[in-house]
Amino acid sequence: MLVLDQIHTYYDRIHALKGVSLTVDKGEIVTLIGSNGAGKTTTLRTISGLLHPRMGSIYFEGQPIDHLPAHEITRLGISQSPEGRKIFARLTVRENLELGAFTRTDRAAIREDMERVMELFPRLRERLNQRGGTLSGGEQQMLAIGRALMSRPRLLLLDEPSMGLAPLLVDQIFRIIRNINEQGTTILLVEQNAHVALSIAHRAYVMETGVIVLEGPAAQVLASPQVREAYLGG
Amino acid sequence: MAVTTYSSTSVRFRQKTTTRWLVRGLGVLILALVAWRVVTVGLAEGYPATFWMSQLINGLVLGGVYALVALGYTLVYGILLMINFAHGDVMMIGGFTGFFALQFFMALGWLQGPAALVALALILIVAAGMFGSVLTGVTLERVAYRPLRGAPRLVPLISAIGASLFLQYSVLLIFGVSPRVYQKPALIEGGFRAGGVFVPYTGLIIFVTSLFLMLMLYLIVQRTKLGRAMRAVAEDKGTAALMGIDVDRVIVFTFILGSALAGAAGVMLGFHNTVVKFNSGFIPGLKAFTAAVLGGIGNIPGAMVGALLLGVIEAIGPSALGIPTEYKDIIAFTVLVLILIFRPSGLLGEVVSEKRA
Repeated sequence: MLVLDQIHTYYDRIHALKGVSLTVDKGEIVTLIGSNGAGKTTTLRTISGLLHPRMGSIYFEGQPIDHLPAHEITRLGISQSPEGRKIFARLTVRENLELGAFTRTDRAAIREDMERVMELFPRLRERLNQRGGTLSGGEQQMLAIGRALMSRPRLLLLDEPSMGLAPLLVDQIFRIIRNINEQGTTILLVEQNAHVALSIAHRAYVMETGVIVLEGPAAQVLASPQVREAYLGG
Repeated sequence: MAVTTYSSTSVRFRQKTTTRWLVRGLGVLILALVAWRVVTVGLAEGYPATFWMSQLINGLVLGGVYALVALGYTLVYGILLMINFAHGDVMMIGGFTGFFALQFFMALGWLQGPAALVALALILIVAAGMFGSVLTGVTLERVAYRPLRGAPRLVPLISAIGASLFLQYSVLLIFGVSPRVYQKPALIEGGFRAGGVFVPYTGLIIFVTSLFLMLMLYLIVQRTKLGRAMRAVAEDKGTAALMGIDVDRVIVFTFILGSALAGAAGVMLGFHNTVVKFNSGFIPGLKAFTAAVLGGIGNIPGAMVGALLLGVIEAIGPSALGIPTEYKDIIAFTVLVLILIFRPSGLLGEVVSEKRA
């Protein structure tokens, strides 16, 4: 479904991604783990078109997308819940969700999807007319994921959904992520919290300073000594 | 629903405590001086209440026009964090376009015809002015600002100043220095008396039209999908793009809205001042900018409030302070300086953190 082939991305002169290759198949949860600064977010931003690779190609459902602007990539069916949630703080929760469906015109179906998001995250229903900026961290994360779902993506990119959340809330959010996947959405999940990410993913890639250093089925990666030592505290 | 501010970029600067107290003291001193002057000079003249009322009406009319122009500054600032210094000249182009439309309908004889025909012609004249300004504004965005996106913030600012001079002197080259005279149709000549205060018809029409256009803008920004997209782009362009919003298109739309309001203002100012010439956008443009800063730049209700307030201050100021009307511009720009010193975030501006890309 998604193929990254030898991607090189730069921030000005800084070589951030040095030949990253990965694939995500339809129906999977694939996780990309690694420490701070490894290039995980850069990878997601390169897929979603906020950054463009200097070398290499990205294919989505067979179509090259590496030189499309971000808004066109969203239209193709890739949706991203960005790092730090990036809720529109001055817009209401409802408006945030409506913006998630910006590319769509089927009003009735949009309303249905909004219902669906509020079933996934009942807290959002109570907050519908509140401004995004007044939500707690966990609620903002729910809104960010819900907003990303509103475009009916075939591929959902999640950037650090566990960031800054209490463990109980993390578990809850990850249950919902698995739930979303079971309902048919393919997911590429970027996480620093390797343990929880590996517990729901089918396959995993481990990244270090701009390169993929390890890949395989999640259980296998979880069991590998490298990962145990570096990310799971031995 | 609470009035949503449009952008959060009006930052109040944090100052050291001693400086803050010094500045506050200075502020109190200035207010006291102004009050003393008003009491000893302005009120001592003994103008009747109707005089002040009619000044107030003048101020509101002028303020309505300023508001339309101020909204253009604030909209563009909200999205691009750039002061479009050519905006006053965009308005002037609208004034010229409206003038030619006026000539056209005059030649057709519509303006001497029945009231309905005159009204239709006036609407079409304003529409023509809006069209001329929109064309100018969109071209400027494309030619003078878009290529500089991503450049340091000072760069498009300088480009805007260049664009302003370019527009003024192009018009000078084409139409010469002599002003074009806006002839009012006989129907809207004169006015009526309400409680002993004379209200000119044009003033009333200008004020009502301004309010109507402001309401339209408010509805577009708050209630439409494109308005929602504008507010999203104003907050965070990258995330807006992730929503599938074509940021460039939204920016163009913003220029269309701002320029359309300026075009209408240009035509109305033409009727108000009775003339339009190559530099007639310059001073009103600066005043509208002052109004936008006064209300809190980037803030839509702020621009409206700031402009009405500035219009009134400017209309009442000369008599209240006992200075000749020719110096009324001093008042507006003194207000700008004072606002920048004492409340850079403007009246409705908010104190926000610096976390903004």
